[in-house]
Amino acid sequence: MYFGLSEEQESIQDFVKKFLADNASVDEIRKIANGEDEELEKNIFDGILNLGVNTLLIPEKYNGLGAGLLHAVAVAQALGSGVGPIPFVGSYVMAPIAINLGGDEEQRKNYLPKIASNEIRFGIGMSEFVGAREDAGIEFSKNKLNGRALFVLDAEKSEFIILANKSGNIFIIDANDKGTKINKLTTVDKTRTFHEIILENVDAEMLALTADNNEIAKKVIDAGRIILAADTVGASEAMVEKAVTYSKERKQFNRTIGSFQAVKHMCAEMAADLEPCYSLVWQAAHSFDTEEINSSRLLACQSKSHTSEVGKMISKKATEVHGGMGFTDLLGLHYWFKRIGLNRQILGAPEIVREEAAELQGFNQ
Amino acid sequence: MNLEFGSEYDEFTQEVENFCKEYSGAIITSDDKKFEMHDALSGNASPNSGKSVGRSEWQKLLIDKGYFARSIPKEYGGYGGEPDIIKSRIIAGAFAKYKVPNAMGGQGIDMLVPTLLEWGTEEQKQQYIESTLHGETIWCQGYSEPNAGSDLASLQTKGELINGNWVINGQKIWTSTAQYSQMMFCLVRTEPEASKHAGISFILIPMDTPGIEIRPLVDMTLKAGFNEVFFDDVTVPEENIVGKRGEGWSVANSVLGHERGSLANPNVTLNRLNNLINLMKEETIDGRRLIDVASYRDRLLQVQGKVLAAQAHSLRLLSAKINPGQNVKLGGMIQKLVGTELRHELEGLAIDIMGELGTLYEDDPNVRGGGSWQFTYMYFLGLIIGGGTNQIQKNIISERGLGMPREPKVQVEV
Repeated sequence: MYFGLSEEQESIQDFVKKFLADNASVDEIRKIANGEDEELEKNIFDGILNLGVNTLLIPEKYNGLGAGLLHAVAVAQALGSGVGPIPFVGSYVMAPIAINLGGDEEQRKNYLPKIASNEIRFGIGMSEFVGAREDAGIEFSKNKLNGRALFVLDAEKSEFIILANKSGNIFIIDANDKGTKINKLTTVDKTRTFHEIILENVDAEMLALTADNNEIAKKVIDAGRIILAADTVGASEAMVEKAVTYSKERKQFNRTIGSFQAVKHMCAEMAADLEPCYSLVWQAAHSFDTEEINSSRLLACQSKSHTSEVGKMISKKATEVHGGMGFTDLLGLHYWFKRIGLNRQILGAPEIVREEAAELQGFNQ
Repeated sequence: MNLEFGSEYDEFTQEVENFCKEYSGAIITSDDKKFEMHDALSGNASPNSGKSVGRSEWQKLLIDKGYFARSIPKEYGGYGGEPDIIKSRIIAGAFAKYKVPNAMGGQGIDMLVPTLLEWGTEEQKQQYIESTLHGETIWCQGYSEPNAGSDLASLQTKGELINGNWVINGQKIWTSTAQYSQMMFCLVRTEPEASKHAGISFILIPMDTPGIEIRPLVDMTLKAGFNEVFFDDVTVPEENIVGKRGEGWSVANSVLGHERGSLANPNVTLNRLNNLINLMKEETIDGRRLIDVASYRDRLLQVQGKVLAAQAHSLRLLSAKINPGQNVKLGGMIQKLVGTELRHELEGLAIDIMGELGTLYEDDPNVRGGGSWQFTYMYFLGLIIGGGTNQIQKNIISERGLGMPREPKVQVEV
């Protein structure tokens, strides 16, 4: 019996952390967030891809690593802790899982090896399936897609986009199709990209196995939620560490502020609530990799909603421990605050996800 | 990640499950009031309908099977097995699953027995351990004093060695179950010249010794049974000391950590969550089940998230015991704080959703769950304060876990 990350999983996590620590300081993150340095952005992307994060969830027969979601969780924690400004949850978790589970052999052969070799990248938009908005939605007929998709993840510079409709059918489109208009959304979190996509008679290919059931779409959402939870855990860990470090340096009233109980207790509360979150997310990922759908979906939902609550508390308290500096752009703590804030909202905000978990358990009639 | 215990445990698991099926829902009979509280807290309080077994007989049966006192040597009345964390986990899991009453716990079994095993003389082990395991000797803990609470080491109850006897004077407070106990293990200041922590000794005191006065201290639950205990020239033999003179602080601290961890057992928390879910499915308001009220349901799901996190966390802690070298960082240190707060929140939620019904208590004919929701809600507020207040826990987490500086000493004005 062993409950935790394997040596291999810890090792890729350490590599990603170290790469970000060496190459993506707050000043560098700021340049990328402000869109001031494309070369730097590309170097960071290439550097992290060199560690193989694009191959994790692609089966070996399609030239991937064939690892499980827990491996991706290890990476997501590291990306969250360094607010890694690269596409991950959409391009390298949800998209390969959607194609691998939803595609027929030809579709899998067509796309998965190319993701593994970094010839192509996918964005993915499933927000309509999670919760449809009145002014958005996509329609599929005669192999064409029309309509508007919101909150498409990781679409920037992607060659293909995966979209799901309300029924959970999943489609692939060419991002460069002449009927596709891709508009960047301005969100608080500038370490990752979100787009609106407007479709006018765009050629679309349906993932074959999603034609008559939404189970695959749900499974893709489960994976996305677990990875967002892991990202939040990583970002929260970094915020607690920063708060503790700052409190040991900053002096007021002739003593370090970390010697005041008011500050110590805030840090202890953050650490105490965060600690069980690692275990919850790891168990959810392990369950996704090995167990039957119901128990793993409950854990996926609860990982997403519980870490969102803990992350929200931590992002507030850790900022408060930094006092006025916490509020400045100079210190850049807000990149973590916003990353956690955005993870909370996408693929189902906590109340929505808890309601799904209740339905799953037959609580509401 | 591997959550399997391995096929070498299959046979053992089967054996434990067979036992648990036989004693599922067993009723443990005893005329001793102390056990009512114990049963409510260990999750045994749910209405049972299985076999009826006497308390001491039950303890002996569990020891005989190796489901209790498993690694305590045979010569002291234990089962005499090798310590095996996985087997302990299998036993605890099966007992919870089949609602088999746990062995008796309490301060004698959970704290004194491990202390004697580590520090006691051969005579002390022979004299006390077996009867304690059988539930025949009940112990109370004499640690806190009116002026020594969070700052326990400043305790002032005095012990003087006079003609081969300890003569003890002073007062203890918050002494659970003193009125039912045969013995007390007590911290006493025996070296007034030594520094605060080095002047304390750990002494065993029979509760029928002349000079002991017990005054009940009624707490907010009206049942839990704290006491004040007064000592007026209480005289016990010199050999009743455990460890050497002045070692009492180390002796006591070797098991305090154990008490903190055991205050909020995650298996019991899960059972209580399931009871709460059932309550919300059964109870109605305006013809609607409580679980169909969206705001109640959302709060239930929030608590469930915390319970699942605590369950997963306990697996991680178990794993760290089995796999030496696995880093759990703050893992163990947070258990008392997080576990007691969670139970208090969970029990309080049940009261909230019941509305007026939630206020009923004790033997009211309409009370739900035998009054356990209100009792446990209040009792856990006591546990948030007791066993090292949760504020003290936060000091421990921040200082020992996060490496933050201690509060500077305030200069005392003369």
